[in-house]
Amino acid sequence: MFSASRMSTARATAILLGKELRLEFRTRELLSATIVFSLVVVVLFSFAFDPSPSEARRFGPGLLWIAFLFAGSLMLNPSFAREQANDTLDGLRLAPVSSFAILLGKMLANLIFMLFAECVIVPVFSVLYNVSLAGVVGRLVLVLFLGTLGLTITGTVFSAVSAQARMRELLLPLLLLPVLAPLLIAAAESTASLFLEQPALDRTWVAFLVGFDIVFMTASWLLCDYLMEE
Amino acid sequence: MKASRVIWTLIGAALVLCAGYMALFIAPDEATMHAVQRIFYFHVASWIAMYCAFTTVFVANVRYLLSHDRKWDALGVSAAEVGVICCTIGLTTGPLWAKPVWGIYWTWDARLTSTFILWMLYIAYLLLRGLLEDPEKKATLSAVFGIFASLDMPLVYVSNRLWRTQHPQPVILGGSGSGLNPVMGKTLLLSAIAIIGVMVLVLFDRYRLEVLRNEYAELKFLAESGSTNAEIAGRDTR
Repeated sequence: MFSASRMSTARATAILLGKELRLEFRTRELLSATIVFSLVVVVLFSFAFDPSPSEARRFGPGLLWIAFLFAGSLMLNPSFAREQANDTLDGLRLAPVSSFAILLGKMLANLIFMLFAECVIVPVFSVLYNVSLAGVVGRLVLVLFLGTLGLTITGTVFSAVSAQARMRELLLPLLLLPVLAPLLIAAAESTASLFLEQPALDRTWVAFLVGFDIVFMTASWLLCDYLMEE
Repeated sequence: MKASRVIWTLIGAALVLCAGYMALFIAPDEATMHAVQRIFYFHVASWIAMYCAFTTVFVANVRYLLSHDRKWDALGVSAAEVGVICCTIGLTTGPLWAKPVWGIYWTWDARLTSTFILWMLYIAYLLLRGLLEDPEKKATLSAVFGIFASLDMPLVYVSNRLWRTQHPQPVILGGSGSGLNPVMGKTLLLSAIAIIGVMVLVLFDRYRLEVLRNEYAELKFLAESGSTNAEIAGRDTR
C-alpha cells in the first residue's frame, strides 16, 4: 500500500499555487477582465467628477482602492466557484494536503493576479490624472502589497463561503466589502500620505494594515478546516 | 402562556418604564444640551445591549464550530437578529439627538462610520443564512463568517480613540475631563439593565422559535422518508 503521509504544507501550497497560475495563464481571461474593469472604474471617475490636479491627488487614493476592491470582488468569485462544476473541490479534499494549503495556494494565486492588475492600473492612473509617482514607488509598492494581501485573504475565504450559496456573484461583494471597510480606510490613508507634497509613509496606518493582515490570516488558518468541510 | 414568562415580561416592562421615568424626570439637566441630552440614556444603553448581543453571536459561533450542536447555531442567529435591532435603535436615536445639537443628522466620523459598518456586517450575516440552503452548511459557513465579522468589533471601539472624531469623547472610561454625575450614572445603569432585559426576553423567544423550527424540519424530513423506513423495519422484524 502506498504511504498515506501528508505532504508538507509549504510544498502542497507551492504545487497548488502552480496549478492555479497555470490554469489562469492558459486563458488569461480573469486577469484581462480584472484589468479592463479597474481601468473602466478609474476612467469613469473622471467623467463623474472631472477632478482638477489637486483634487486628483486628494481623491485619487480612494478611487484607486475602490477600483481595486470592486475588481477584486469580481475576480475572487471564480476562485472557489469554478471548483463547484465537475466537483473538483472534492478532488482537492481527497488529496493528501491540508485544507490550509488549498486555501493558501488560492490566496497566493489571487494575490499575484491582483498585484499584476495593480501594476498596470497605477501607472495608467498616474498618467491620466497627472499624479507623479517619482520617489514614492518603493513605499507605494509596500502599501499596495499590504492592502492587496488583506483583500485576497478575506476575499478567498469568502469566495469559499459564497461558492456554496445562491446568488454568489452578489453575495461575495455583500460579505466582503463591509469587512474590508477598515482596510479601505487604512490603505487609502496610507496611499494619500504618499501623494502629498511632502510624501511620507504613515506608520500608524501601515501598522494597522499589517495588523489587519495578521488577524485575518490567523483567523483563516484557524477556520480553514470548517470551510473545506463536506 | 407560562406563568414565569408572564412574570419576566412584566418585570421587563416595569424596568423600561422606571428607566424612562428616571431618564425623563429624575436625572439632572445637562449643562449645554439640556433636554435633548436625555436620549443619551437609551442611546448608550442600546449600544451596551448591542455589544452584549454581538459578543453572544461570537461565542455561539465558536461553540458551534467546536461542537456542531445546532443549539449554538440557533443562539447565534437569535443574538444576531437582536443585535441588529439594538444597533438600529442606536443608529436612529443618534441622528435624532444629533440634529438639534450638531445641526446635522449624520457625519462620517470614526465611530458612526464603524458602527454603520458593523450594522451592515450583521445584516450580511443574516442575508448569508437566507441564501444557504443545506442546514449543516448554513450553520457552519455562517459561523465562519460570523467570526470574521466579530473581529471587526474591537475596531469599532478603538476607532473612537485613534481617529479624529466629532462624537462626544468617552465620558465613562475616557481620559481627563470625563466623569459622570452620580445620578446620571445610576439612570444610565438602570436604562442599560432595562434594555438588556428586554433584549434577553426577545432573544429567548427567538431562540425557542429557531429550535422549534429545526425540530419541525427534522420531523418533516423523517415523516417524508418515514414510510420507507417503516417498510424496511417491518421486513426486518418478520
